Amino acid sequence: MIMLKELVGNTIDVNEEGFMTDFTQWNTQIGEALATENEISMTPKHWEVITYIQTEYKNNVPLSIRKIGKSGVVDIKEFYTLFPNAPLKTATKIAGIPKPVSCI
Amino acid sequence: MKHKKNILILGAGTAGTIMANQLVKEVDPHSWHITIADATDTHYYQPGFLFLPFGIYDEEDVKKPIRSFLPDEVKFVQEKASEIKSEEQQVLFESGKNIHYDILIIATGSTIDSSEIEGMNGPEWRKSIFDFYTFEGAKALREKLATWGGGKLVVHITEMPIKCPVAPLEFSFLADDFFGKKGMRDKVDITYVTPLSGAFTKPRATQKLEYLLKEKNINIVSDFAIESVDNENKSIKDYSGKEVPFDLLVTVPTNKGSQVIEKSGLGDELNFVPTDKGTLQSKVSPNIFVLGDATNIPTSKAGSVTHFQAEILFENVLRFIRKEELLPEFDGHANCFIETGKGKALLIDFNYDHEPVEGTFPIAGIGPLRLLKESRMNHWGKLAFRWVYWNMLLKARPIPFVKARMSLAGKNF
Ligand SMILES: Cc1cc2nc3c(=O)[nH]c(=O)nc-3n(C[C@H](O)[C@H](O)[C@H](O)COP(=O)(O)OP(=O)(O)OC[C@H]3O[C@@H](n4cnc5c(N)ncnc54)[C@H](O)[C@@H]3O)c2cc1C
Repeated sequence: MIMLKELVGNTIDVNEEGFMTDFTQWNTQIGEALATENEISMTPKHWEVITYIQTEYKNNVPLSIRKIGKSGVVDIKEFYTLFPNAPLKTATKIAGIPKPVSCI
Repeated sequence: MKHKKNILILGAGTAGTIMANQLVKEVDPHSWHITIADATDTHYYQPGFLFLPFGIYDEEDVKKPIRSFLPDEVKFVQEKASEIKSEEQQVLFESGKNIHYDILIIATGSTIDSSEIEGMNGPEWRKSIFDFYTFEGAKALREKLATWGGGKLVVHITEMPIKCPVAPLEFSFLADDFFGKKGMRDKVDITYVTPLSGAFTKPRATQKLEYLLKEKNINIVSDFAIESVDNENKSIKDYSGKEVPFDLLVTVPTNKGSQVIEKSGLGDELNFVPTDKGTLQSKVSPNIFVLGDATNIPTSKAGSVTHFQAEILFENVLRFIRKEELLPEFDGHANCFIETGKGKALLIDFNYDHEPVEGTFPIAGIGPLRLLKESRMNHWGKLAFRWVYWNMLLKARPIPFVKARMSLAGKNF
């Protein structure tokens, strides 16, 4: 099910879990607002990770925590410090891409 | 004499064996050799590893000679491959032997690697830390469970993907039943620890089935990304600082593709081979195909999935031989029984696009199996699967009513 959501003056499509379903609707302002909703205050390092995730997504590379740990952008420990609890879920949500399907 | 071409199948587990049996029926024996290689001579029925620790199955139930499932026309080579040289179309073996191929089918499966997590294979490995994803692990665990006096049992998944992703949950359900029957359930505290956000990998199933954990008094810790195992204090720790103590840890270590994939530089970061999710052709080279757990495609790694894939791959190999276009027919269809203990089981059915659905299987509106609902019939289905596996599935005999592509009839969305 897809729902409409109002965010910083934009309307975005999200699924039941709050993941955006149309990446073309994403912009940094929306990313910032999604981060705030998830209690993250963005720093340049956070953005570096988000940019990496979006690039991989655009290239159709499946994402996993392990993959991000080996990206050279952050190691797994830092990834958890930046996005506590469920970092991949939170980071992909902020990045405006679907939840990774590594979970099957 | 005319020079024959060679189809080489690497790995004679579920995937390789099905493929050998299928190809032999259709491929012209005057133009093609079919060769299959495996490091061992034993075929393990891995779904049985779930039942072995509880004494439901014995060792003889889960192992048989590889050779007895292969057609006579297929050449079996018992050797361990050390490198695939895709440019030269050759596979090198540890013995120094090498085999040339015209078509290679990679079916090397996946195995656990407990060295991925600090402390996992430390001093407590096979003392209070066990796996049940290997024959040896399941056997060792059976001995442990037979005499264990109780305490904190932690059932744990290290990271996804793992083969048969529901097996650890089934293990928890069977443990509840096992200790109940022994009259010591009150002495055992069961906790299920997962890197996912819920007990099942699919949100729809989690929402429908989380009641089972409550009913069976199984605690759940989710979103747990393990960093290390503390052997001294007997606990597992995650990257965010969470800690779960155990007396007995039953873990599913990181699942990885075969080492030969890594050595050949053909895999992703977990040694799974990048594969086209519709045609099952590898992205490495057009004459290399991949089947079963060895692929990186986004569906469950399971015997049932392998069986569905095999039908599609078989067609595509024939098309490749005839120089026809391949069909992107594989839809990610997975179908698994989930043992829930006490003589009952669930059945789930899903594919790339559809989450587990409710309804009936395999015949629309009739069943006899019910999807996403516990029943005794489903449990008999699960046990019957062993017979089907040894007698029909491996030999690529058609299983009545069960189709490679997921049927949407008789199912509720
Ligand atoms: C505990 C457990 C429970 C399960 N339950 C179910 C279930 O209920 N239903 C279900 O559908 N599936 C289940 N599965 C999953 C199922 O067993 C696998 O998905 C299936 O066996 C995959 O087949 P495969 O041929 O890809 O790999 P495998 O059957 O593992 O075969 C791989 C073969 O390759 C060989 N090999 C590897 N490397 C080399 C090399 N370098 N040289 C030569 N040979 C090599 C190995 O020796 C092995 O024989 C379960 C698995 C486990 C562990």
